[in-house]
Amino acid sequence: MAYMIKESNCTGCSACQNECPNNAILEKNFAFSIDPEKCTECVGFFDEPQCAAICPMPKTCIINPDVPRFASAV
Amino acid sequence: MQHPQSGALQHKMGDAMENGTRKAEAQLFVMQPTPLNSGPKGCGSKGGGGKSSCGSSAGQGDLSPEIWEKVKNHPCYSEEAHHHYARMHVAVAPACNIQCNYCNRKYDCSNESRPGVVSERLTPEQAARKVLAVASNIPQMTVLGIAGPGDPLANPEKTFKTFELVTQAAPDIKLCLSTNGLMLPEYVDRIQALNIDHVTITINMIDPEIGAKIYPWIYYNRKKYEGVEAARILSERQLLGLEMLTERGILCKVNSVMIPGVNDRHLAEVNREVKSRGAFLHNIMPLISAPEHGTVFGLNGTRGPTAQELKVLQDSCEGEMNMMRHCRQCRADAVGLLGEDRSNEFTTEKVMEMDVHYDLEIRQAYQEDVERQRAAVVAARNEELMTLAGTDSNISILIAVATKGGGRINQHFGHAKEFQVYEVSTSGAKFVGHRRVDNYCQGGFGEEESLETVVRAINDCTAVFISRIGNCPREGLLKAGIEPIDRFALEYIEQSALAYFRDYLERVRSGDVEHVKRGDADIRQGALITT
Repeated sequence: MAYMIKESNCTGCSACQNECPNNAILEKNFAFSIDPEKCTECVGFFDEPQCAAICPMPKTCIINPDVPRFASAV
Repeated sequence: MQHPQSGALQHKMGDAMENGTRKAEAQLFVMQPTPLNSGPKGCGSKGGGGKSSCGSSAGQGDLSPEIWEKVKNHPCYSEEAHHHYARMHVAVAPACNIQCNYCNRKYDCSNESRPGVVSERLTPEQAARKVLAVASNIPQMTVLGIAGPGDPLANPEKTFKTFELVTQAAPDIKLCLSTNGLMLPEYVDRIQALNIDHVTITINMIDPEIGAKIYPWIYYNRKKYEGVEAARILSERQLLGLEMLTERGILCKVNSVMIPGVNDRHLAEVNREVKSRGAFLHNIMPLISAPEHGTVFGLNGTRGPTAQELKVLQDSCEGEMNMMRHCRQCRADAVGLLGEDRSNEFTTEKVMEMDVHYDLEIRQAYQEDVERQRAAVVAARNEELMTLAGTDSNISILIAVATKGGGRINQHFGHAKEFQVYEVSTSGAKFVGHRRVDNYCQGGFGEEESLETVVRAINDCTAVFISRIGNCPREGLLKAGIEPIDRFALEYIEQSALAYFRDYLERVRSGDVEHVKRGDADIRQGALITT
């Protein structure tokens, strides 16, 4: 039920963190990650996932294949 | 110490998006053509036609006292001031809300000197401490700018918090910000309330079709927009923001990146539009597109302009408005005079250990001394100019100068990291640009190779003024048709340039010298090489 950040692509710019409606984006030593428990894929908030919309790197904020899609998104 | 983030925004532009904007309904502004005569604008817009002499070139000219007060100590807004006063940027704004094809946020190199690039990013508290540390150590540092490495207005809380902290601790420092303009209309009131007196907007186009070739996407109103639609929104927001600022009497500089084959022919139109909206100064900068930066333009082979291509465009716009030609396209964490970067002396680690004694009186006393030096430079120039009065000649030449600041020829040829370029004619000596060069004395390159780099950078110049020069480079320069001049060592630049020019005209008249038109020159790209 979540997006994830492909770490090797991340520039650490923090833009996603500013936009996330769920406060799901964590930073540790400039490494950013998404808490799958908090991420709703922006369903119920916005038409598109905000992290992916603002991320400067293509294919960096992507669907996390290891967890099921957010229920309302399916 | 290097941090994985950086951006390569060329002009610094970044992006902007309101932090946690939950009011998703912010509406798209449809720009109304507003009347151009609303309120006081910068001198650039005075009258319908000719430009006034404010902006980038020498001295007060016909600036109103009010505007002169705002620009006289600002190295970016006054060419004359940039020889004497320093600026600093603090990198508190990493996020961006647009993508530019000349920017790659992934590329980071501590030796690289470009907007959008930083080696570390700061919290507002760290930034405020750094400002005090620099203000204590460099009393001629008069301006704090926030320019990224993303867009300041995409990080509004961090940006405005930093300005608040600095205003409280160091009230004499001028505040300045540089933005891509997307979120500018939202924040104009806050900018005014914080007494931010100078705002730079990067405007590369007013035609969305051209914009689509520069900006692949923007993030606005919680959505990603692409192509022509993205460029149209961006352009409307930029011009609206510019109008709102100038109506409030806030000085605006417009930065434009000259991208040959994309917007080079369009920028004269951009110039007219921003002038009509009250922009004070226009800074047309060369595209930086080294392939190793990994930008779209770098990878698809879009080249930057040559020195003369840039100058021709700047000259053609100058009839309309004041042009800034002394921009060094500096990093989002630069510290020092425009031509130098002392940011390595002020890393967070070092700043935290420094004794910081911010003393307004010491700063003012120092700056009064700077003002005396400045007045002497102007007086010497004017005196020299008198000696050319009545001389009739349409010859003009370019002269390259090695200087460490203070308006003097005070740098050894081999130590110069850049040369300032002056155009000299019977009407005076005018700063028209600068050229970055590899340090001639630095290792890593053969001497001949380094000299070649210098020659390519100043190939359009007739002479190069230096405080000293070795025999080897002297001969190499002469062979390339550039006269090395060290007889004005430690003297004032403009005065010396005029004296040289008077002598040059004499030599042409007597047949000793044949006046030839020089060729073009390179604008250097790529990382600064440091030892």
